[in-house]
Amino acid sequence: MGNSKKTSRLLTSPYIAWCLVFIIVPLMMILFYGLTDEGGSFTLSNITAIAEPVHFRSLILALILSVISTVICFFLAYPLGMILAKNRLSSQGIVTTLFILPMWMNFLLRTLAWMTLLENKGVVNGILEYLHLPGINVINTPGAIVIGMVYNFLPFMILPIYNSLSRIDENVINAARDLGADAFQTFFKVTLPLTVPGIISGITMVFIPALTTFAISTMLGGSKILLIGNIIEQEFTLSYNWNLGAGLSIVLMVFIVINMVVSAVSDSKGEDR
Amino acid sequence: MSKELIRLENITKSFDGEMILDDLNLTIHENEFVTLLGPSGCGKTTTLRIIGGFERPDKGRVFFDGMDITALAPNKRALNTVFQKYALFTHMDIAENIAFGLKIKNKSREYIEDKIKYALKLVNLEGYEHRMPDSLSGGQQQRVAIARAIVNEPKVLLLDEPLGALDLKLRQDMQYELIRLKNELGITFIYVTHDQEEALTMSDHIVVMNQGYIQQEGSPEDIYNEPENAFVADFIGDSNIIHATMVRDELVNILDTDFVCVDKDFGENKPVDVVIRPEDVELVPRGEGTLAGEVTNAIFKGVHYEMEVQAGGFEWLVHSTRLFETGTRVDIKVDPFNIQVMNRPESEDEEVLVIDG
Repeated sequence: MGNSKKTSRLLTSPYIAWCLVFIIVPLMMILFYGLTDEGGSFTLSNITAIAEPVHFRSLILALILSVISTVICFFLAYPLGMILAKNRLSSQGIVTTLFILPMWMNFLLRTLAWMTLLENKGVVNGILEYLHLPGINVINTPGAIVIGMVYNFLPFMILPIYNSLSRIDENVINAARDLGADAFQTFFKVTLPLTVPGIISGITMVFIPALTTFAISTMLGGSKILLIGNIIEQEFTLSYNWNLGAGLSIVLMVFIVINMVVSAVSDSKGEDR
Repeated sequence: MSKELIRLENITKSFDGEMILDDLNLTIHENEFVTLLGPSGCGKTTTLRIIGGFERPDKGRVFFDGMDITALAPNKRALNTVFQKYALFTHMDIAENIAFGLKIKNKSREYIEDKIKYALKLVNLEGYEHRMPDSLSGGQQQRVAIARAIVNEPKVLLLDEPLGALDLKLRQDMQYELIRLKNELGITFIYVTHDQEEALTMSDHIVVMNQGYIQQEGSPEDIYNEPENAFVADFIGDSNIIHATMVRDELVNILDTDFVCVDKDFGENKPVDVVIRPEDVELVPRGEGTLAGEVTNAIFKGVHYEMEVQAGGFEWLVHSTRLFETGTRVDIKVDPFNIQVMNRPESEDEEVLVIDG
């Protein structure tokens, strides 16, 4: 027994070392920078800086846009998940393709492609002009950012929802019908509640990257629309104010932790049941 | 016989070009315990799912109480199903599971609570209201599934191999429970199983199916004692099935030896199959029987000895409380009424395959 314990400890040590060096230490450094000023003495000013109008507005905007994107992803992913789960046999390949194929391309390239599509003289407006339709002005608006978020993060919503849908025994659905429920009642009383764990993890996997992104907002939002991710990035790369950047990161982390706790709680509830 | 309740007319169903049911006709009467029995892939579950409304037949019609319900959705049918592997709602506790159908029908709270109590008492699960399905054993979950179905007071309860996932002892207990339930509720049970013993124990009426066709229908006694073809004989219990020739009425030639039997009207010198149950083969000392043989194997089975006897080029299976040691030279003797003569299928199509019972 002792031996196998030793072996497993040995085997996990590279991962533990990785965690220490690349996760724990950086986290500590963020905490340290966030809670100190340039001179190295303790201060909360980097945290309270979130209340400054520029920062606060960017946080609220980031929250709004990532919530909108998450909601859109959910409403796109759920019906798709249902269709895929229904045709279980033939769809395995399609799911993999849908999920993996976009990943073959670099994330930045994909977002760059949307830039080309949405530009005022871009592909979409070109087509509209050709059809003698009025052009659209999407690029550098919050709408463009939402499109970018939905496009990039949709697979992360589809996969967990598809997974939990395909795990439902067909006879459980039949049982609901058998007991008198029509298609709608069956969906809302049985299918939807049974997929809550998948929905929660889908939400987490879309909401967190959407909330923290700065690449999508930089490329599709121009320099005019600043999300909290952009502010933090700029503090690190432009203003070289690591203390403020770290402080704002801590604030953002609070929202992420809240999301994670909610999902963990609902997950363990799902397992109890 | 009691009133007709369900009638299947010329039901045909295929999946991906594979014929599952071919022109099936079946009538089920009120207050019967009917078992659809057959090996996997024989169409018994498909038949049940067509009655339940989960499958639509390609051709044919389903009547319930005289009404055509072929196109009726499952939630509109006055019957309920107990599914294989229970199919409980894992996100609801036991009481919520049982109340599901009643809540859909907007019954009052008092009514629902009474019904839950009644149903849990009926299946011996009093006090389990607030347990979650996953915390129950397989047998308990099965009882919940039954309770969930019967609170809706269906006219017919469909049961799809409900005991398949349970271990032997529990399965036997549940067989008795199901018979008791059926008698207490006074409704029709349609039961699907591949287990011939289950079918013989519980049913009023057995429908033996194979490859989409009904092979034989009748009471358990009929099916066991008078199988109509080699498939039924082989599927239900142990048997010796031998190619034979019907010499004339009441005389059959088995393995070049003439046996007196009681069957008539097969014609003269007609090829037939005979089935003789192992317990109906009598072993007697050499010279006292009809066919000479030698015991090749003998094992003790508890209630009886099971012996194999080589006689006339056929290996006979014999059950007897009297032991004849391996190597003993014996004669085989069969009483005329214990020889069941059956038509031998003429075409390959009709030939039903030997399955492992």
